[in-house]
Amino acid sequence: MALNYRPVPGLIEIREARGETTVVVDPARLVDAAYHVRDELGFDFLADIAATDYLGWGGDGVSGYIGTDRGRDINRPMTQGFQSLPTPKPKRFSVSYHLLALRDDHTRVRLQVWVDDGEPVPTVVGVWPTADWHEREAWDLMGVAIDGHPNLERILMPEDWVGHPLRKDYPIGGEPVRFSSAE
Amino acid sequence: MAIAPERAKIYDGTRIPSPIPSILEVPAHLRGNDDILTVNFGPNHPSTHGVLRLVVDLDGEEVVGVKAVIGYLHTGFEKSMEQKTWWKAITYAPRMDYVSFQYQELCFVLAIEKLLGIEVPPRATWMRMLLSELNRIHSHLVWLGTAALELGAISMFWYCFRERDRVLDLFELVTGYRMHTRYFQVGGLAEEIPPGFFPECERFVELMPGAIDDYEGLVDRNPIWLERTRGVGLLSREDAIALGQSGPVLRGSGVDWDLRRREPYLAYDQVDFRVPVYPAGDVYDRYRVRMDEMRESVRIVEQALRRMPDGPWIADDRKVVLPPRHELHTSMESLIHHFKIVTEGYRVPEGEVYLPVESPRGELGCYLVSDGGPRPWRVKFRAPSFVALEATATCMSDALVADMIAVLGSLDTVMGDCDR
Repeated sequence: MALNYRPVPGLIEIREARGETTVVVDPARLVDAAYHVRDELGFDFLADIAATDYLGWGGDGVSGYIGTDRGRDINRPMTQGFQSLPTPKPKRFSVSYHLLALRDDHTRVRLQVWVDDGEPVPTVVGVWPTADWHEREAWDLMGVAIDGHPNLERILMPEDWVGHPLRKDYPIGGEPVRFSSAE
Repeated sequence: MAIAPERAKIYDGTRIPSPIPSILEVPAHLRGNDDILTVNFGPNHPSTHGVLRLVVDLDGEEVVGVKAVIGYLHTGFEKSMEQKTWWKAITYAPRMDYVSFQYQELCFVLAIEKLLGIEVPPRATWMRMLLSELNRIHSHLVWLGTAALELGAISMFWYCFRERDRVLDLFELVTGYRMHTRYFQVGGLAEEIPPGFFPECERFVELMPGAIDDYEGLVDRNPIWLERTRGVGLLSREDAIALGQSGPVLRGSGVDWDLRRREPYLAYDQVDFRVPVYPAGDVYDRYRVRMDEMRESVRIVEQALRRMPDGPWIADDRKVVLPPRHELHTSMESLIHHFKIVTEGYRVPEGEVYLPVESPRGELGCYLVSDGGPRPWRVKFRAPSFVALEATATCMSDALVADMIAVLGSLDTVMGDCDR
């Protein structure tokens, strides 16, 4: 049964690819959209929230860089560039809510919002309580500004950590290694 | 920015704490009471299955507040995987959930295959199913052994680890490694199945049902076991769904949901198995679900052994799959392909996928984004242990100190999976 996503509040785009449906909505109306898909379309199960940083998307084909002491980037682009340039993305971050309807026709949908750095994404903890930790993780590792979360603290990184490690501008190898020969 | 308008929250009227679903706060009338004792449970405690810290507020023996603190095993696997080529990143996946390592591998490989749109030969599909079901037995044995050990059933641990060792022997026979096998390759398997595996595996299939009877004989009518597991750690059907619980925890709360049945992947639509569902939502029912699942897994392994198709074990796609070793000496083209795949890696078409599989701990999902290059742009795992720990506050809302151990055990969390 094909579900009708047209009436979802704040709808921007519906994409179908590889058998998966992505419903892109306006972040300002995310909570309305969430209530709509939960109550009208039956998506009662939030499986996952995945934030992605698209900084440098379609650039050198390099994901992050490996810095050395002298600032050299040893993770240079591969021997070839892209065979075709990837489609540009509307904003820097995407946040994807992977939803599932626990019923016989087991439908899945990906609710997606696009935001720039610092642009708030309203919390959906009131809609799906399981979003609690997923949103904390999105903030902790990706720095997505979750708005209205009852307990927005770091979850995987230590409380006093600076920066958001899964961002593309966060270097790998930037952390000093203790007891190494350089010390 | 407008916060959620006032509407009925899904957890109004349930046992899920509000407003923070994952933290049980000390009730107002007990706050400031000198008798409330705040205890750090973990991070290094033998029954926390890794390094989990629970900050527990106790009123005598009663748990009145609980907060789970995680992240002690965070290693940044997802970030590391972005730096590797697709096929080198496969090695990282099993290190997250080190107890159900093959599911991690399977999930990641299936997700890459979905992006690539590559056809996998039936022999590889059936072997993947066979090995991952063996892995489910392995995972449940580790769970049963340790969870029972924590409740005082020490001998159970030795019996479970005896059979677990046999499973690991089988893995070693096929892949050369006992854990973190890295046997699943994009397109199929890394190597042909050694012929000696089949008789050994048949012996295991014959032995295992009797072994499960033994375990049940040890605890099923044991009054201490029943006393400590029945009616403890309650999670209702609605709470379990709202908290995103999956796998045995969800099925132990009376929800008939198994991805192998509902969204069949591999060859699960061609084998006969039962999905155990129990209604009470307590520790005992989660135990029952896992015991039944072990029996069903043995049945699936038995069917896979009997019906293992012949034919190639890896797809014949030279842009993705390494060419056979012997061709490297005779064919220039194979050598070039080999060189390109090993150095540069294969390219995966642009796109995003989310692929769920039913791991022993529940829905294990892999969200991948590719920019069309040889390395993943984003890898995100939906870790069932991470989600299971969100339920601690709800499950422990009327628990005693001793019940905490039983509840935590019954959620079957692996901290490597949780923290990634």
